[in-house]
Amino acid sequence: MNTREKILEAVLKNQPPTTPLPDISMFKGDQNNLAEQYMKVFKTIGGSAYHVDDIAAARNLIKEHFDTTKRVVTTLAEMTEMAEHLSPDIDPHSYENIELAIIRAHFGVAENGAVWLTEELMGQRIIPYICQHLAVVISEDSIVPTLHEAYEKIGAGDYGFGGFIAGPSKTADIEQALVLGAHGPLTMTVFIVR
Amino acid sequence: MKQNGLKDHAALAEEFIKDEEHVNWHDGALWYIREKRDIASKQIPEWEQLRETASAIKSNVISNLHDYLVQFEANLKKNGVIVHWAADAEEHNQIVYSILKAKEIKQMVKSKSMLTEECQLNEYLEERGIEVVNSDLGEYIQQIDNEPPSHIVLPCIHKRKEEIGELFHEHLGTEKGLSDPTLLTRVARKHLRNVFVSRRAALTGVNFAVAETGEFVVCTNEGNADMGAHLSEVQIASMGLEKIVPQKKHLGVFLRLLARSATGQPITIYSSHYKKPRKGQEMHLILVDAGRTRQLGRPDFRDSLKCIKCGACMNTCPVYRKSGGLSYHNTISGPIGAILAPNLDMKKHADLPYASTLCGSCSNVCPVKINIHEQLYKWRQVIVKEGYAANTKALGMKAMAWTLSSPGTFTTAGKAGRWFLHNIPFVVNNKFNPWYKQREMPEGQKESFGEWYEKNEKPRP
Repeated sequence: MNTREKILEAVLKNQPPTTPLPDISMFKGDQNNLAEQYMKVFKTIGGSAYHVDDIAAARNLIKEHFDTTKRVVTTLAEMTEMAEHLSPDIDPHSYENIELAIIRAHFGVAENGAVWLTEELMGQRIIPYICQHLAVVISEDSIVPTLHEAYEKIGAGDYGFGGFIAGPSKTADIEQALVLGAHGPLTMTVFIVR
Repeated sequence: MKQNGLKDHAALAEEFIKDEEHVNWHDGALWYIREKRDIASKQIPEWEQLRETASAIKSNVISNLHDYLVQFEANLKKNGVIVHWAADAEEHNQIVYSILKAKEIKQMVKSKSMLTEECQLNEYLEERGIEVVNSDLGEYIQQIDNEPPSHIVLPCIHKRKEEIGELFHEHLGTEKGLSDPTLLTRVARKHLRNVFVSRRAALTGVNFAVAETGEFVVCTNEGNADMGAHLSEVQIASMGLEKIVPQKKHLGVFLRLLARSATGQPITIYSSHYKKPRKGQEMHLILVDAGRTRQLGRPDFRDSLKCIKCGACMNTCPVYRKSGGLSYHNTISGPIGAILAPNLDMKKHADLPYASTLCGSCSNVCPVKINIHEQLYKWRQVIVKEGYAANTKALGMKAMAWTLSSPGTFTTAGKAGRWFLHNIPFVVNNKFNPWYKQREMPEGQKESFGEWYEKNEKPRP
């Protein structure tokens, strides 16, 4: 008998009589003021959020707040005038020196400030983690109240990699002192487009 | 690795509490996190219902683990992930080594994984010429100090920033005396970036494994798991069998509880869902037993397998806060460690269930409602029955049983005790009496309650 069979046999022998899975359909959040709630939470976790009328407004704010003379990458057609287009095919190590990444997320979660992205929106899996600064565009009507609605929206999800990202990377490992910018981005900005 | 030798929790704690100012700081730092957890949990009106539901989901997992594991494995394979099974630490380490060896990889970067700490993977690989760098900042600090993590979420919470500055000065060449947390973090960021971009293999732990889809979720705040994994050509994930959740939608329940319970954050910064390898990448997942099936077979203790490793029980525990994680001499310390460890090695960890006041605070904050303090009490009974209790405890208990079993000896012993306390207190107020440590003994009363009652009893009307 190999290890797999031995383990599975021990599990079968030792597991208790089955208990039912609980219903979780009653968990639902408040559908009101989602953008407002999202922005409030996102700021408390160290991010910056802007409510903008259109993508052009987001573009102007980016020009204003970031050094676009450094390497900027994007998957958004609207941003290509100041950023190189991300290629899914080149070596991810070549993105080591990017200053700013501008990408779109599927939606935001009001209760915790997270956005949900899958790899095709990232350009490459490494992008939202390796950039020094991350800018994410979401549409206002995509924001959901809690993770329960989020997973309903994700559904089966045909992705190889997906992730919630909720703010700039952080650590408090040294004496519980909060430091923004651990290994991932130093800042994260979300543009909520009306 | 610095070893604690054969000292038990009480002896190691005694060393920890020598520096009173440091203990008070440690106590306060952890209590502060406990308070943040309270604030975060109170913002969710259905918090208690969420805990109840999470516990019920995990009950279902434990009672159907066989089928879920088979389903998870089938989905992993469908997604192109290579699956391995390991009965124990040794087999786990062998598997990791063989994966790296096949690719002639000599260096690996690792994100936080208590399981691989438990398996002593780093030591195993280093003996075979493979260098491992822990990339979580706290774990990195512990690694350069050659010490295991003292907390599952905050690996170096017992260290002061000056100590860390000293370590960085020694290992990373920072200026002597530098102790600012932001500056130290920036130095580590720069150093570890070079590690991330130059390692061909990355190993991560697993927070949740979804049977329904074959994806696994890794949660970090620093982004270190993703930095390692997405730049690697070989990604390895190691997980204990108990990390299964049945369906993807159940992640909603657990992710709402995890970070709020751990640090008071609404969610960890990164909750990464790994499903398929990147183009050109190899992805491995190792399912590890290492005592879990044995724990599953212990009806009184199997609920400990529900643990989602948030660390809330440590932050709230008065014994943990004042004795430090390293005094538990086990990878997982604190109350949860004290109910997991005796299953791994009852003799070695016989002292841990006694490292508790049984106040129950751990059970009250546990997001999956494990009855931790009740299990601690039950482990004590098992340990005494199996003959692993410390001699002083076993003798004390026997003497106590003999005294309490007869009213005559009880009365005589009471009289003798009061007489000694009253007349020659140094007989009990000395270092041979463990109750005298850190305590003043009370003054002896002249009479027992029984004697007082006899004298003062009024005739019934």
